[in-house]
Amino acid sequence: MSASASVPMPQAMTYREACKQAIRAAIIADPRVFLMGEDVARYGGCYAVTKGLAGELGEERIRDTPLSEVGFVGAGIGAAIAGMRPIIEIMTVNFSLLALDQIVNNAATIAHMSGGQFAVPLVISMSTGAGRQLAAQHSHSLEGWYAHIPGLKVLAPATVEDARHMLQPALDDPNPVLIFEHVMLYNREDVLDPNVTEVDIVSAKIRRPGRDITLVTYGGSLFKTLEAATALQQDGIEAEVIDLRVLRPLDMATVIASVARTRRLVIVDEGWKSGSLSAEIATRVVEEAFFELDAPIRRVCAREVPIPYAAHLEQAALPQTAAIVAAARGLVRGA
Amino acid sequence: MTDFRMPSLGADMEAGTLVEWRVKPGATVKRGDVVAVVETQKGAIEIEIFNEGLVSEIVVPVGGRVPVGTVLARLEGAAGAREPAAPPPLPPPAPPVSALPVTPGRPRISPAARRLAAARGIDIQRVAGTGPAGAITVADVEAVSPAPGAMPPQRPGFDPAAMRQAIAAAMSRSKREIPHYYLSQTVDASAALARLERMNRERPPPERLLPAALFLRATALAVAKTPELNGVWEDGRFRPGDGVHIGWAIALRGGGLVAPAIRNADRRPLDDLMAALRDLVLRARSFALRSSELSDPTITVTSLGDRGADAVLPIIYPPQVAMIGIGRIVTRPWVIDGTLGPRPIVAITLAGDHRASDGHRGGLLLAEIDRLLQEAETL
Amino acid sequence: MNAAEAKRLVFDVLSRIAPEADLAVLPGAAHMREELDLDSMDFLNFISALHERTRVDIPEADYPKLFTLDGAVAYLSR
Repeated sequence: MSASASVPMPQAMTYREACKQAIRAAIIADPRVFLMGEDVARYGGCYAVTKGLAGELGEERIRDTPLSEVGFVGAGIGAAIAGMRPIIEIMTVNFSLLALDQIVNNAATIAHMSGGQFAVPLVISMSTGAGRQLAAQHSHSLEGWYAHIPGLKVLAPATVEDARHMLQPALDDPNPVLIFEHVMLYNREDVLDPNVTEVDIVSAKIRRPGRDITLVTYGGSLFKTLEAATALQQDGIEAEVIDLRVLRPLDMATVIASVARTRRLVIVDEGWKSGSLSAEIATRVVEEAFFELDAPIRRVCAREVPIPYAAHLEQAALPQTAAIVAAARGLVRGA
Repeated sequence: MTDFRMPSLGADMEAGTLVEWRVKPGATVKRGDVVAVVETQKGAIEIEIFNEGLVSEIVVPVGGRVPVGTVLARLEGAAGAREPAAPPPLPPPAPPVSALPVTPGRPRISPAARRLAAARGIDIQRVAGTGPAGAITVADVEAVSPAPGAMPPQRPGFDPAAMRQAIAAAMSRSKREIPHYYLSQTVDASAALARLERMNRERPPPERLLPAALFLRATALAVAKTPELNGVWEDGRFRPGDGVHIGWAIALRGGGLVAPAIRNADRRPLDDLMAALRDLVLRARSFALRSSELSDPTITVTSLGDRGADAVLPIIYPPQVAMIGIGRIVTRPWVIDGTLGPRPIVAITLAGDHRASDGHRGGLLLAEIDRLLQEAETL
Repeated sequence: MNAAEAKRLVFDVLSRIAPEADLAVLPGAAHMREELDLDSMDFLNFISALHERTRVDIPEADYPKLFTLDGAVAYLSR
């Protein structure tokens, strides 16, 4: 037993707990790191990510703010320029629109406008996505909008491992980094490999290899897509599932290498189709790998409506496993 | 209930051996599907079906050798039975699942499949699509032509001695039955070569054209204007062809000869004909021809190429009624505006069946080929 | 591409076009088209395959330089 005592044991952990451990470790490791946002300290976060952290780490490091996104995001930008490493938590991407001016006009541009004199090493995390019957004002997936903006990095951890390890490289990055956590992922549990202590924030990952079709997705849709791949296997179709992980800059090399092998592509995104991230990926594949394609590109995205409140309508509006299976099957089998 | 019978793949075929069934009882088949492989004196040939329906019974098992006309399999729900001489499989019509407009006549093919077909010289008109909305996919192209290096193993059943016998039988019959007349015309090929040189200069090697493609196009257009020479002599009378289906004589490495059809050659643009030539040569030499290609030709062309003789006097392949020969292009003195100059010239010859046509019509055909080649820029 | 690689490539391509030929005894200076009985389509396929494998553009005017094995190897390993 003594020999194994020094070997870290694999540990089952929820995505929520992984987010919390990441914040806790970053704050303990670096005195410049602190977290602020609405209801993060005394209440413990609207998704309970920071529950208990204020008691442990102190309200200097886990700070409640007034209900003003434009105010506390701006304060975070100032703190980052002044040498701190702030983590700003915005309750949901829907509310981040109140801070768009700070994020897009200030955080993303200051390094450029100052001729490189001021970096903004800021991390902003927020929840995104639908599925919890929170209705249209709390359920949209607007990360694709942020992926439009030069000067920002945009991350979408889908796995417990990424939730645990993406924060540190985001804090180390001199650019403002946005981290999007899908609301349906917080309760997912997975075994964390103790031998993995860091991940990159550069590359997409193949979560399941396959030779017949490439399914590209990220965030909350990853698990529906993996389920679809399992269903397709029963049809004899080997689907390759790519988790983008990083929405800006996109790791198109991984996507294109996969499409060059499978020659078919389905993009799964909870964002809407029009003017979207899925549109961008499809365009880049057509621009850079047109002659690799053996079938049209298909997209499985949210219906073009504000996400409904009623459970059955909400589910009908979102990309679902059956639709992913049907799209993939149509491209491989020629339905 | 319809019977699927051993087809006749030319006048010289009496029997064939079934070497492979590509369908099983219960399979649904449609017009143009390859359902079996039959060994003949011309090697193993893929046999297409011309009915739709359900295969209810396989009558002749693999290994069976049976005369032409023997029932090989039975179909249920089959309609529109028509023995050989039917058009080749067209890509299936696109089902109305997509809002994409379907351009008539333009095959639906994926970008990757189009690139592969071009690289391998595959004529996409001959590839049946199985992809989304009936599109031709990479797998469909590969099914027609495996990767170089993965050349199909020589099919079972090609026996050079048997092919020699088949050629002997057909040619003897021709010389015994057909009263040939021969005509020859010497043609200035400079306009044709100038066009090729100009086109090829701007193209990578896989897209370049051979003079054969231009000769084929000029010949096909001229034949279309001379219907008396395009068709077959059967039961004591001439029956015109249902299109200009040019049999292209291909010498096999190691001896032997086949002349599969390029269908509707008069209606196909130059690049398309070149692709068809490459495709046919490749498949003829790897013994992957289809039944309709062997039974369809309405006239045959033999082009000797740049290592051949100056001129050829062809022997008509029965039951056809004409054959055109194209000699080697040679530089010879030529009179241009009253003075002598060197010109690339080519002897184009015709053998005609005097039962079906007279020499005058044949002469018009050669003159028309000459005229078209002088206007090669418009071909 | 060095001469050894060029020769391997030429042999590989030729062995697909003329599978029955014994390339080991092909004289370097002999006219390949005569020696291997390559017609104009075979020769175009030979040039096309070399182009596809090396991306070397081979204009028609240069075809005669590739008529012999030695010539083809020299052309590709320029």
